[in-house]
Amino acid sequence: MLAVLIILSARPAGSADEKHLSVYSASANYSLPIADREGREYIGLLEILEPLGNVSAKSDGRRWRLRFGGIEAEFIQGRDRAKVRGRDVALFGPFLLESNHGLVPIVSLSSLLPRFLATPVTFNEASRRLFIGNIANHYTVELNPTNPSRLVFNFSAPVNPTIATEPGRLYMIFRREPVALSGSPSLRFSDPSIPSATYSESNGQAEIDVKGTVPLIASFSNEGRTITVGPVPQAQLAPAAPAPQMPPTAPSNPPPVLSTAPAPTPVPHHFFAVIDASHGGQDRGVALSDSLQEKDVVLGFARQLRQELQKRGISALVLRDSDATLTADQRAIFANTVHPVIYIAMHAASDGHGVRLYTSLLPAAPDNNGPFISWDAAQAAFLTSSQSALDAIAAALRQQQIPVRTLSAQLRPLNNITAAAVAVEVAPPGTNVAELASPAYQQALAGTLANGIAALRDRQGPPQSGAPATTPASGGQR
Amino acid sequence: MIPRQLLFAVVILLIGALGLFVYALRMRGRVSQVPTTAEDLRPVAPPVAGATERVSLFIAWDDAGALHPEPATIPLPSNRQQRAEELLRSLVRAYQDKNSPHPIPPGSDIRSVYLVDPGLAVIDLNAAFANGHRSGVLEEELTVTSLIQTLAANVPGILKVKILVDGTERDTLAGHADLSTTYDVAAVSQLVTQMQAQ
Repeated sequence: MLAVLIILSARPAGSADEKHLSVYSASANYSLPIADREGREYIGLLEILEPLGNVSAKSDGRRWRLRFGGIEAEFIQGRDRAKVRGRDVALFGPFLLESNHGLVPIVSLSSLLPRFLATPVTFNEASRRLFIGNIANHYTVELNPTNPSRLVFNFSAPVNPTIATEPGRLYMIFRREPVALSGSPSLRFSDPSIPSATYSESNGQAEIDVKGTVPLIASFSNEGRTITVGPVPQAQLAPAAPAPQMPPTAPSNPPPVLSTAPAPTPVPHHFFAVIDASHGGQDRGVALSDSLQEKDVVLGFARQLRQELQKRGISALVLRDSDATLTADQRAIFANTVHPVIYIAMHAASDGHGVRLYTSLLPAAPDNNGPFISWDAAQAAFLTSSQSALDAIAAALRQQQIPVRTLSAQLRPLNNITAAAVAVEVAPPGTNVAELASPAYQQALAGTLANGIAALRDRQGPPQSGAPATTPASGGQR
Repeated sequence: MIPRQLLFAVVILLIGALGLFVYALRMRGRVSQVPTTAEDLRPVAPPVAGATERVSLFIAWDDAGALHPEPATIPLPSNRQQRAEELLRSLVRAYQDKNSPHPIPPGSDIRSVYLVDPGLAVIDLNAAFANGHRSGVLEEELTVTSLIQTLAANVPGILKVKILVDGTERDTLAGHADLSTTYDVAAVSQLVTQMQAQ
């Protein structure tokens, strides 16, 4: 168990032993491994150029000829100069040919690549980040002195960083995004809860480290262009957490967002619900009618449900409270981070009547690896509590004569949630789909759903930490 | 002095060559006018001939929100992989009937089914299947479970199923049913029973 804790305490910064070069361009952002040869760092030239255009290479003895678009280049094994377009280019180290694989020193990229690409190339050798064209994503930071204070990062293009937390810190790690520094790398704020934020770059990634005197949480808005960092709501924090839940984590491949908050993590001290308005932003969900989108209907339902839960003394948070685009992983990570007792995903359908309730359809034998639980089967340990929640909600609906079906479904992110998780699919009460958007229908249905959730709370009594011995870990497999 | 007959023959040859050139240009123009659509709706495989077999197709019914096994007699090749493909194509044809209880988009087809040991089947749908599929948790789930249950019930040894669209992995079928992971046949069978019981 101690070993597990130690592993989880590590930040998801990738393998420290592996060196990477991150390449950012208008056509693709990608990461390539760096090879160490005789004290120099080398990279495969063909691999760099492949995503950028039509490239081919042919070796002939010690010669290696490369063609990119209409540009021809010739490299000779062991020589520290190459010919590109018939002109010499310094490589600042010998060219290596390994199994017909051409390797150039990474220090040569600044001089070599502009010969192939008709665009400016900026290479930050120390951080191993290569920008092709004016692709950098700049950001501004603003401390919003509300109570509590929030740090607002506005990016020039959408971002989807890996997020990790540890006591007193929140890290945002940008590997795929060409995030670049605009001002000072170190910012200090005269704020008691968020005293500073620091930008740094290394090994092909950029990182923003926000220091806090309280547990911090990040939320996305403005279609991924804005990240707001603020204290975790007090309602979600235990006054003391002697036996905290293990933190939620996300897959490492691909890892849109990863959270590995170790050690003291917030634990609910009262019944707390997360309501997820599914879809949003570019994902409109079902086109219920010419003017009615699923994403708008479920947002209305989610807000009504929050209100109805609050009326019954249950704290609730709407995960998507705007028209933002969120991935399934982002939703799961957010939900897992705030440790709700119940997670409810709202969906809407034009077919059928009443309500359909779903728990997660999980594989019979999750692909776990020792203490590391598969991200795709994170829900497994909570399936019984999900079923209890589903039964309670279904009973409340039946009590109101509302047709209800209970099923299981392979519907993300249910399978990634480390709490009781239920998806609610709401159909129109009659044949008129427009009634789905009716505030009266939404309120009536939300009230019934809230009754079911309140009944679950009353049945459960004081909440337990509820977590299994282990929860999905960094590096979990898909 | 060029003989008159030779001159005459050369002129005829030149006229013939010019005629062929004009003809070739016209043919080339016609080829370029053949419409190309983003999604080719024509069948991707010839109809199968051979001995017929009785199989169970698990047909989805939207009204009931459930699958029901329906017997069908279809020609099936002896090759296991081709059998799986033909079986699912029969299912797709059933859904494309005008009285289908669970309509799927026109042009829907099964590109291939790959059987990978041990026990993994990979179903490759064409783009028309997924791009035009109705969106909704239950609608999509019915389609996915119908494909998986039909395959598992008629081709022994399949334990897991992965669904691709046009040869590539896709997050969802039409916004809901998860296609990013592999489906467990035992779990799907339980779900089918659960659907039928309600």
